[in-house]
Amino acid sequence: MTTADEPTAIAPHDQYPTGVRDLHLTDSVRSARDDARAQGGQAGAWMPYLPASGSPHCPPAVDPAALVWAETVAPGGYTHKVLARGTRLRFDDPTGDACPHLLLFNALEPTERLNVADTQKIPWQAYLGENHPLLSGDGRVLAVVTGDSSGRHDAFCGTTTDAWNERKYGDARPHGPSPSGRALFLKAAAKHGLSRRDLPPSLSFFQGVRVEADGALAWRGSAGPGKHVELLAEMPLLVLVANVAHPLDPRPGYVVGPLRVHAWRAAATGPADPRFTATPELHRAYLNTVDYCEARGL
Amino acid sequence: MATTQTDSTSATYPTTSGGTLPSTVPVGAVYAGGSPLDWGASLVEGAVVLDEKVAPNAPWSAVVTEGHVLTIVDVGGNQSADCLLYNADDPEERYSVPDTLAWQGNAYVRTGTVLRSSEGRPLMTVVANEIDRQDTIGGACGKESNTLRYGHHVMFHHGCRENFLAEAGRRGLGVRDIVSNLNWFMNVPVEADGALGIVDGMSAPGRRVAVRAEMDVLVMVSNCPQMNNPCNDFNPTPLRMIVVAPARGGGPGPVAGGPRSARAPRTPGDAA
Repeated sequence: MTTADEPTAIAPHDQYPTGVRDLHLTDSVRSARDDARAQGGQAGAWMPYLPASGSPHCPPAVDPAALVWAETVAPGGYTHKVLARGTRLRFDDPTGDACPHLLLFNALEPTERLNVADTQKIPWQAYLGENHPLLSGDGRVLAVVTGDSSGRHDAFCGTTTDAWNERKYGDARPHGPSPSGRALFLKAAAKHGLSRRDLPPSLSFFQGVRVEADGALAWRGSAGPGKHVELLAEMPLLVLVANVAHPLDPRPGYVVGPLRVHAWRAAATGPADPRFTATPELHRAYLNTVDYCEARGL
Repeated sequence: MATTQTDSTSATYPTTSGGTLPSTVPVGAVYAGGSPLDWGASLVEGAVVLDEKVAPNAPWSAVVTEGHVLTIVDVGGNQSADCLLYNADDPEERYSVPDTLAWQGNAYVRTGTVLRSSEGRPLMTVVANEIDRQDTIGGACGKESNTLRYGHHVMFHHGCRENFLAEAGRRGLGVRDIVSNLNWFMNVPVEADGALGIVDGMSAPGRRVAVRAEMDVLVMVSNCPQMNNPCNDFNPTPLRMIVVAPARGGGPGPVAGGPRSARAPRTPGDAA
C-alpha cells in the first residue's frame, strides 16, 4: 500500500503475490496465448457472474432464469448498467460495510436524471424507505424503493470527492487505496458518453445519517450485515454505482465492504398497484411517468 | 428594473373571438399593493461594483470577483432567492449541496458556511446573515415538479427551473448544468421523523445575507415565482443585489449599526 511517505511508489492497493513472474511461460505468442487462456474459469471475491442466471448469490424468491445482472462489486469499486423499465434492482450488504452510492439517469435522455432535492421535497420526507420514489427533475419516477431491511440510508451527504478523501485519508487516486465516489462516478459516466457536467448529487445506502434538531448531520452507520434494499426501475435507466466509504464514516480507515448487485425482469408499477395511488404526489408522478413511457412506446 | 405591481389573479389573454380568457399564470411583477419594501444596503463596507434590482419572477446572474462580497437584500420579506454558483473560469465545477452539507456536518446554511463545489472546493463563504438559517435542501420549483406537488392545472405557472434554464442559456450553459441549489430566505425544516417541507419564512423586509467569493464565481439567481406554497409568502417581491470590493485591510465586516438580530419577528417554521 502506498503511504504518504512514498508518494511515487508503484503499489496496487490489492497486494499482488510475489514470484508471479515464475508462474507464467510467455516467451512466444503461442505460450502467451496458452498462459492467458489457462487463467479463465477462476472465481474471485468480487466479480460479475455471467450468465446472471448462474449467480452464486441469487436473492431468495427470485427465479434465477429472470436475472439480468449479477455481480459482487469490490470495496472501492464501481459498476454501471442500462436496465429496462420494469427491472428490479437489489443491493445486498453481506458484511455490514457496503455503501453503494447511486446515480440514475433516463437511459434514453440522460439529461433527465436523479434530483435529490425533489426526491426529498416532493414526498415530504428526507429519509429513504419503502415506497419512496427516486424522482428526476422532470417530475417523473426513475425508480421506487420496493424493499428495505436496513432503514439506514442517506440523501444529504452525496458521495466523496478527491478533495475530501485527500484530506481524510491522504489519498484519493481512483486506482489507489481510497478512491473517491465522484472519481468512480466520473469513470462510469464516461463509459456512457457522460462527463462531470452530468453528475448531480447522489444517494447512498446502508450507512445512515440523521438530521438533529440543530441541523447537525449525525452518523448512524450500518444496521448490520445481511441487509438489503430493492428498487424497481420505472423508466429505462442508466444506473451508476460507486461502492465507497461514506463521507461521514467516522472510522479512520477507508472501511467499505463488498456489495452484491442483482437485477431481474419484473413489471413496472401500474395503476392496479396500491403504490400507484399511495399519495397524491406519487400518483401524479406515476401519471407523468406512464404518460412519457406510453408516448415513447415503452 | 421593473417593479410595477400587477394583480396576478386577474391576468387575462385576448381570444380570437374578441373576448378574454382568464389565466392563472402570474404575469410580471406581482406583489400586492401596499407591501412594505426595504431596499437595504450592503452588509459589508466597500466600494460598490454592482448594484441591481431583480424584478419579481425574473432571473439574474453576474460574475462576482474573488474577494468581493455579494449582499442579497430580501426587499419585501420572505422572498426566496433560488441560487446556483459556478466557477466562472470552469463552469463544469459548480455548487454542490451535499459537499456543502457534509463538509460542515450540518443541514442548514448559516454565517460561516462555506458553499462548496462539486469538487469540494470553496466557491463562496457566508460572511453575514440576518435570518436564523438559510436553506439548501428544498431545491427549485419547476413546471414539471409543480405538477407532482399541486396538480396538473399548474403546469403553465412559471418556475425557478424555467428561470435557471433561461439564464443558463444566456451564459452558454444548459440543462446539464442545473443542479440542486440554495434558497436564500426560504425555510425548510427537517423534523425528527424526517418530515421535510417548505413552511412560513423567517425573514422580513430588508433582511440580508452576504457571501464572499473565494474564486471568481458566476452567481445565478431565480427570483422565485412560486405561488402555490409559502416560499414567497404568496407575494413575490423584488430582490436587490449589491457587490462590493471590501475596504482594504478591513475585511468583510458589518456596516454601521451591524447586522440586525438573527431572530425574525415570527418563526413559525422553527420546528426542527
